[in-house]
Amino acid sequence: MEWSQKTVADMIPGETGIILGFLDDHLSSKLLEMGFLPGTSVMFNFRAPLGDPICVSVSGFDLSLRIDEASTISILN
Amino acid sequence: MSTGRKMKIALTGKPNSGKSSLFNQLTGLNQKIGNFPGITVDKKTGQTSLDENTSAEILDLPGIYSLYPRSLDERIVVEVFSNNKGAHFPDKVVLVADATNLKNCMLLLTQLIDLGLPTVLALNMLDLAAKSGLSIDIKKLAALLDVPVVLINARNGQGISELKKLLARPLKSSQKKIFPISDEVKPVVELVRDHFKLTTDYEAFQYLQQPESFIFLSNTDKEFIQSVAYKHQFFPAKYQGAETIQRYEFIQSVLNKVILKAAGHEWKKLSKQIDRVLTHKIFGYLIFFVVLFLIFQSIFALAQIPMDAIDSGFASFSQYLTKLFPEGPLFELIAQGIIPGIGGILIFIPQITILFAFISILEETGYMARVVFLMDKIMRKFGLSGKSVVPLMSGWACAIPAIMATRTIENWKDRLITIFVTPFMSCSARLPVFTILVALIIPDTKLFGFFGFQGLVLMGLYLMGFLAAILSAWVMKFIIQAKERSYLIMEMPTYRMPKWSNVGYNIVEKTKTFVFEAGKVILAVSIILWVLASYGPSDEMNKAREVVQAQSTNLRLTAEGFEHRVAAYKLEHSYAGKIGKTLEPVIKPLGYDWKIGIALLTSFAAREVFVGTIATIYSIGNTDDPTTIMSKLKSEINPETGGPRFTVPVGLSLLVFYTFAMQCISTLAIVKRETKSWKWPLIQLAYMTGLAYLSALIVYQTLS
Repeated sequence: MEWSQKTVADMIPGETGIILGFLDDHLSSKLLEMGFLPGTSVMFNFRAPLGDPICVSVSGFDLSLRIDEASTISILN
Repeated sequence: MSTGRKMKIALTGKPNSGKSSLFNQLTGLNQKIGNFPGITVDKKTGQTSLDENTSAEILDLPGIYSLYPRSLDERIVVEVFSNNKGAHFPDKVVLVADATNLKNCMLLLTQLIDLGLPTVLALNMLDLAAKSGLSIDIKKLAALLDVPVVLINARNGQGISELKKLLARPLKSSQKKIFPISDEVKPVVELVRDHFKLTTDYEAFQYLQQPESFIFLSNTDKEFIQSVAYKHQFFPAKYQGAETIQRYEFIQSVLNKVILKAAGHEWKKLSKQIDRVLTHKIFGYLIFFVVLFLIFQSIFALAQIPMDAIDSGFASFSQYLTKLFPEGPLFELIAQGIIPGIGGILIFIPQITILFAFISILEETGYMARVVFLMDKIMRKFGLSGKSVVPLMSGWACAIPAIMATRTIENWKDRLITIFVTPFMSCSARLPVFTILVALIIPDTKLFGFFGFQGLVLMGLYLMGFLAAILSAWVMKFIIQAKERSYLIMEMPTYRMPKWSNVGYNIVEKTKTFVFEAGKVILAVSIILWVLASYGPSDEMNKAREVVQAQSTNLRLTAEGFEHRVAAYKLEHSYAGKIGKTLEPVIKPLGYDWKIGIALLTSFAAREVFVGTIATIYSIGNTDDPTTIMSKLKSEINPETGGPRFTVPVGLSLLVFYTFAMQCISTLAIVKRETKSWKWPLIQLAYMTGLAYLSALIVYQTLS
């Protein structure tokens, strides 16, 4: 199977995925604290009108993230 | 039982968990805003009585997700909880948790348990939890954490008396150890623990993780920690991530046992539907614009009546006192210096009230987070962040709290730019200046019988300030080098109806701060100004009568007319008059005379003094006439043209000058405090005032 690194930034509204890990050490501790835990599911809610930032649901929580930040969270779905 | 020392209770929890509502429920109006010594973080404390014999001091801490701070404001939390010799170290802690979102709230709770702090878990938002169908086994939750759990509804006060009863009784700390210090780091943790004689391993672990957050540690202490951390290869970032994952594993295992029925998604449906409209491509911005428009129209329409009442009330009171008092400098100071000065402070209250009412409603409902969401991309283009929107909007009220609000911006470059441009946002102190000048030169007619022209001009001035702010930010984006990456990871709270008492408390708090902080400056300036305008070199002042007598022998003046000329002569030869005249050549190209010069000068202390200054200047020598500021200005004559002094070009030139100029000593002081050097406030002063002078020059020279 071909392994491509899909991230939260690649998702479309309504899509869900399972968090695999982080591509950025510096941001990972902040993301972990907010509930982006490896193994939990993340749902893409909607984009801001200008495409960035985006709103996602994770660990029962609605959060906004910038595209650059979302692109550091790798997912599987 | 009452003891010698008052019990200290700290309130903590994540943002949007209802902490402020609980604080307001517990303390009512017994609240005080102070500062933590050494650092500029607001300290909100209040008094409450837990039962007949026990009273306690409640400390409200900034909302935080974990002990690892993301911004300056949050640093105080870890400092308070770790410094057991500190003046703010709490006897008990109440962790306010949003019951609908328990998982995220419990991260901090598990850290507090490991620090050994006696903690109560207050489960809030029960109404929403019930609506969502969530069902929690409270007894089991308390047992698994070894922490008492109280159910509260901070919005209507349910459960508050149970919480108070619990807090009045002795409270033991939880015996649970949730995050085990791994064998790998155990030696270095124990080394630090023994060195500082700490009670828990986790405290020592925190010392190793973030020595920079502990203000109470000396530099030698910090160097010691850094050297042992380096020697034992303790890498904070690595262990912090591992700690968070381990804590969440524990939290998940607890939640699996206590959640009897999970929350459905139905209750969020309405909120999601609202989001679809409020963050819509077109409607989103349209609604945001309409909200802003509404705020300005209401400030202009609603504040006007109480402001006029305060203005004319103080004018007649000053008048009344002047007649009542015998002659003498002290009485004149009271009637013509102090009383108008106090009036000049109170006149702001209607505007501040209305503005903060709107801002706190927007915050309470959760709309503010959507404003950040909508504006982030645009703001980033200009070197700002979505989070700059709230400080910039607060800048419409007052730059001082606005600049303090930038502490929520984690990134230094974003924060510095926001601080630098915030004073361009037209603060409420400019509003009285704007109001009076706009009313003076713009006719009170309506467009389509609906939009007031005066309101539109006012909005234009605000827009101009905003444009100056973002364009300056854009320039600074290229000048300042970034030290770190900026990020925006922010909760989008579910929409709620605002809790009106929270809005009320917020207004009272902000108004109090303004009256006492800014009020001091305004009053002092009014008194100094009165002295400067009433006294001058004594030989010139003493000659006043003779000179006027000699000048007007052929004029057949009435007694009253004679007195006016004497007073006008005195003002012209007073110290204030001398300063104004010295300034005149510089400001003449902008269309101003020396009287306006005096007002400009005093405005550098605080721009709102403009109105008070012209009131003082024009009331000296005009004491028999109980007119309001407005009619005084209207009747002022330009001796060179014989027409009114405040023509349209002069008025517009002044409006533009006040829109851009940095005229507030308190703001400069705050910027110095927040940026920790005089460099930025001085650049700000030179840049803003230069821009103001240039723009006013262009406006006056083109129009006149």
